[in-house]
Amino acid sequence: MENRPLEYDYTVAKMFMLTTIILGIVGMAIGVFIAFELAFPGLNTVFGEGLAEYTNFSRLRPLHTDAVAFGFTVSGIFATWFYVGQRVLKVSMAESKFLMFIGKLQFWLYVIGVAAVVVSLFMGYTTSKEYAEFEWPIDIAIVVVWVLWGVSIFGLIGIRREKSLYISVWYYIATFLGVAMLYLFNNMEVPTMLATSPAGEGAIGDWMHSVSMYAGTNDALVQWWYGHNAVAFVFTVPIIAMIYYFLPKESGQAIYSYKLSLLSFWGLMFVYLWAGGHHLLFSTVPDWMQTMGSIFSVILILPSWGSAINMLLTMKGEWQQVAASPLIKFMVLASTFYMFSTLEGPIQAIKSVNAIAHFTDWIVGHVHDGTLGWVGFMIIAALYHMAPRVFKRELYSKSLMAAQFWIQTLGIVLYFTSMWIAGITQGMMWRAHDEFGNLAYSFIDTVDVLHPYYALRGTGGLLYLAGFFIFAYNIYKTWTSNKEVDAERLNASPMGA
Amino acid sequence: MDLNEFAAYGYFFLVVFLVVGLYSYIYHLYKNRKDATGVDYEHYSNMALHDDIDSTPVKPVSHEKEN
Ligand code: HEM
Ligand code: HEM
Repeated sequence: MENRPLEYDYTVAKMFMLTTIILGIVGMAIGVFIAFELAFPGLNTVFGEGLAEYTNFSRLRPLHTDAVAFGFTVSGIFATWFYVGQRVLKVSMAESKFLMFIGKLQFWLYVIGVAAVVVSLFMGYTTSKEYAEFEWPIDIAIVVVWVLWGVSIFGLIGIRREKSLYISVWYYIATFLGVAMLYLFNNMEVPTMLATSPAGEGAIGDWMHSVSMYAGTNDALVQWWYGHNAVAFVFTVPIIAMIYYFLPKESGQAIYSYKLSLLSFWGLMFVYLWAGGHHLLFSTVPDWMQTMGSIFSVILILPSWGSAINMLLTMKGEWQQVAASPLIKFMVLASTFYMFSTLEGPIQAIKSVNAIAHFTDWIVGHVHDGTLGWVGFMIIAALYHMAPRVFKRELYSKSLMAAQFWIQTLGIVLYFTSMWIAGITQGMMWRAHDEFGNLAYSFIDTVDVLHPYYALRGTGGLLYLAGFFIFAYNIYKTWTSNKEVDAERLNASPMGA
Repeated sequence: MDLNEFAAYGYFFLVVFLVVGLYSYIYHLYKNRKDATGVDYEHYSNMALHDDIDSTPVKPVSHEKEN
């Protein structure tokens, strides 16, 4: 056999890049569809009354949230880990047959898990806990996938050449540990088959339906401790891991302050876990917990902006790169949207503001300026940076990338502005009353008023989805192109016109 | 002292402890500027910038010879 020099092995990274793109398309297409269902309710039955059970808003909504969060985003996290991990630890997966096997096993089990989720949610199996809808057999499969990922992380760390762990690796480890803890505790559940007595009253329980181990307010508390930290450890922490690697790498600039990145890390870990109470303001949860949730939410601005400012300052003196490279534009806008949503969030967590904002579309607006602007853009940028290196081809088209950037940015702006207006209108109308305390509007009045904003949001979403198709096409053309380049040692990614 | 009161005190002191810990960490980082092995913290950024498989590690794992 010829004696080839050691190279990084991106096999598993490539596999997860594929699922990132496919599940991104699926999740966002469903998002666009349900957005238009809200604007035009007739769409709920557009495929006929017979299929309405499967195509109505409530059946599809969790498919959207889970496909984008656990499909698109988590695939993106895995894909970037299997790329960044090797590089900053300076060890190749080709050096360990065992880790290679574990990586591939993780991928295939993940694909099976995703298929099970899609089928079971479509069929209507759900635990009814937001972002934790999967029934227990799927939960067990997910735990196995997660453990395998842990083996990959710590296995690679075990055989590394670089002794210190780069800041991104800290964030990936935090993602692994955080999600493991949250997922296990929130999904403690008992199949009703066991909770009822199958022997005595005839089987009234069901193996595929489970109830939470916690009840009432406790259940709500655990659920939102989980829900909020799912935001932390899926939509924030691993995305920071990405930007701390890809922005310095693509721009060739060292992180503005490595010390600040260490501080923000511990600050974020310290504060995030206590802020979940802001999802339960004015509920039956003890008052002091709600106040604590509010206070920690406001403090959360500090570590969040610590990271975001650190990223923006990394570009100090190099702003011409932002103008020149659409890839850097994606990342700079991502950190800007991160600052934006971490300012908006604390404002919404203030009790008097939350009294208007809660249950309204303003929250949905907040969710999507974070997910579309920060999470989506960062994952897109990461995959663009990886593509020429893993496929060893020049990026197909710079101008397509620029077009995608502007189309998607317009989409995001339409999305959150329409939801702001809709949300605040809704909140004000719900609480308006006359001098005797009678409510001024009925619910249907608000629905009427909101119609144009819902249509606008759907249009914004459609633009974002269109941009995502451009992205998929650009990556596909890169993969199959014949313009070979050796980009491994470059900073700026080589792009065709 | 019932359990709730105990939890409240415990919680308060935990927060104080963590805040003190975090601020000491900030002070420590900015005062020393270098870690225990004498590497300037800012130097660690190079782990991302020089990350080819044959780049020299910022701090090699000890049993590896630097080349
Ligand atoms: C193509 C663009 C997208 C459109 C049109 C869209 C549309 C929607 C709609 C209509 C809802 C339901 C809102 C409601 O119940 O009133 C929703 C919820 C949600 N979406 Fe999206 N979405 C898109 C992309 C994404 C992406 C990329 C992510 C994450 C990475 C995401 C995460 C979520 C989450 C977490 C929720 C639940 C929000 C909540 O409960 O407050 N969406 N989306
Ligand atoms: C400093 C940081 C942040 C704070 C303090 C914060 C605060 C909040 C508040 C107060 C709510 C509304 C709860 C309610 O009334 O129902 C909320 C909802 C939400 N936020 Fe944030 N937010 C922050 C950052 C982010 C980021 C960066 C993202 C995503 C990328 C995000 C995603 C979400 C999601 C998905 C929900 C909806 C949860 C649901 O009801 O299903 N947040 N956040």
